[in-house]
Amino acid sequence: MSRIGSRLETYKDAGKTALVSFVTAGDPSVATTVPALHALVRGGVDILELGVPFSDPEAEGPAIQKSSERALANGVDLVAVLEMVCDFRRTDANTPVLLMGYYNSLLRLGHERFAKVAVEAGVDGVIIVNLPPEEAMGIQPAFAAVDLDLVFLIAPTTTETRARSIVSVANGFIYYVSLKGVTGAQQMEVEGVRKEVLRVQSYTELPVMVGFGVKDAQDVRRIAKYADGVVVGSALVRTMDALQNSVLEIPDALEAQVKELRDAIDESDRDTHQ
Amino acid sequence: MSGGNRKPYSAPDEAGHFGEFGGRFVAETLTHALDELTELYENLSTDEAFRQRFEHDLAHYVGRPTPLYEARRLTSEIGGARIFLKREDLNHTGAHKINNTVGQALLAERMGKRRVIAETGAGQHGVATATVAARLGFDCCVYMGEEDVRRQALNVYRMKLLGAEVVPVSSGSRTLKDAMNEAMRDWVTNVDDTHYIIGSVAGPHPYPALVRDFQSVIGREAKEQSLEQCGRIPDLLIACVGGGSNAMGLFFPFVDDEGVDLIGVEAAGLGIETGRHAAPLNAGRPGVLHGSRSYLMDDEDGQIRETHSISAGLDYPGVGPEHSYWKDIGRANYVSVTDEQAVEAFRLLNRTEGIMPALESSHAVAYAAIEALRRDNDEIIVVNLSGRGDKDIQTIADMDGIQI
Repeated sequence: MSRIGSRLETYKDAGKTALVSFVTAGDPSVATTVPALHALVRGGVDILELGVPFSDPEAEGPAIQKSSERALANGVDLVAVLEMVCDFRRTDANTPVLLMGYYNSLLRLGHERFAKVAVEAGVDGVIIVNLPPEEAMGIQPAFAAVDLDLVFLIAPTTTETRARSIVSVANGFIYYVSLKGVTGAQQMEVEGVRKEVLRVQSYTELPVMVGFGVKDAQDVRRIAKYADGVVVGSALVRTMDALQNSVLEIPDALEAQVKELRDAIDESDRDTHQ
Repeated sequence: MSGGNRKPYSAPDEAGHFGEFGGRFVAETLTHALDELTELYENLSTDEAFRQRFEHDLAHYVGRPTPLYEARRLTSEIGGARIFLKREDLNHTGAHKINNTVGQALLAERMGKRRVIAETGAGQHGVATATVAARLGFDCCVYMGEEDVRRQALNVYRMKLLGAEVVPVSSGSRTLKDAMNEAMRDWVTNVDDTHYIIGSVAGPHPYPALVRDFQSVIGREAKEQSLEQCGRIPDLLIACVGGGSNAMGLFFPFVDDEGVDLIGVEAAGLGIETGRHAAPLNAGRPGVLHGSRSYLMDDEDGQIRETHSISAGLDYPGVGPEHSYWKDIGRANYVSVTDEQAVEAFRLLNRTEGIMPALESSHAVAYAAIEALRRDNDEIIVVNLSGRGDKDIQTIADMDGIQI
């Protein structure tokens, strides 16, 4: 079982909700990323998602689009992203790391080669935003061969029949997209999301993480009551954006921000189990 | 002449694959809407009432059929094969784009979606979308790269007069591909009440097939007209290829006619060797962008490259997946023509026939001039004159150093 699977299994048994963070690799500077990842872990993040910058990030809202543009302007390519993971692994062998990006970025290396170098760098799983299961048949054997998780998404518009077939081929966890929209959008309907997540949980053993549009401790607290994990992305990217000109302050700022989210989750977990 | 023992052409398969191309590479949120659209479209393809409504609109609103016109002075100026022009420039709004938007507007109406969105480069598809939206009383929002908004001010104003909202897109390279990204983002957000009218034979399944089928009226008419005027079907069809909808519209009804050669003309911009072009089929490789697998222009890291063409409508790094398939199976040939050659052809057609082609269509005319010379006098070439050139007068005037 991958690092992702074993960590989440422990959490599920203990009734703990996982905190998942997203930042874009190489934003706002190449040197910021690895210290930022360590800071996120110190603040209480359980699983790290690292965005692979892409020229045409069609599912992203403005915050992550801009972060992707900044990273590309810094010359960050897939090789550079893998180097960052390698670097991070030197002092953290335990925290699961996922790459999140678009299919064309890894097509250039080829499925097998990508899977091999990703695992060698210390990557545990990959989320490919524009690769639904129907189109993923070609890539799955390469991932399975090296025990690299391919995480799929389920959206509010996904029908139950389809969701059932998605969970049957997914591994790692299910990423539940909490709103119809792009990353970082505003209008999450908490009650609707709760019902949908419970429904998905009823037919899969895989943990269900909720992301897109999760902003603050209040959102996190509410989601932690039913989801297996919460993903926070744009809110962190915005923090980094605001500190573009004082990048040395980024690790502390991120640590403080996720600490608050972590506390909210822990509080919610305690309430749930009382 | 046609078919022989070979199986009739039947792509795409059920999942929208044309060989290894096409498919549906989209964020999960959109899958349901695409399934719905696919199902509706399949049902309507055998629905006689829908077909009649579409044809009625094409006849009475768009002004079809468009003429197949023999360009005799052009032919004698060049020498060689007889050149005929399929006059899509004479459609309402001045280009072939409206064939597709009329069809998709009817689909939106059937789905009860009262808001339509579109991406546009030169503005022709935006205008065609704003036009059908006005006619059916839909809300309309058109995404257009900031750079194109600046270059195509006339069409921007035209869309606004038609009641559409035009949203300038400032992300990425600020051109057509970024407008398409932004339209996808809008659609993901408003998928319940919004239909996305993609303007080319590109995007996720079912769009490539759906747009092809709406545009196929071009080729069906051309076939019939050629039979009437010449007693036989043409030897060669030529059309420009950006995303590739006008080419697909002309070519598709001839796909099983093995004797008919098909040539798609991409934009070589400043020259393929300069890297400043928009010719993915000539100088790109297969990849995934905007919902389907097709030839595209990217760098070593898979980042989509910026393109260049004098014609905004061809200035796109991707191409419809069915063209990629036809390139690989050899059903069509794809060549390229530079900015300079296109402008020369623009002038030639003005001078010899009194017809002002769009710069996009001028690429097809330019290649027809090359190909006609290689062929016998009794051969028939049909060139898709996909749009009229009024929108490009400013560009040409600038080149001539003339202030209008």
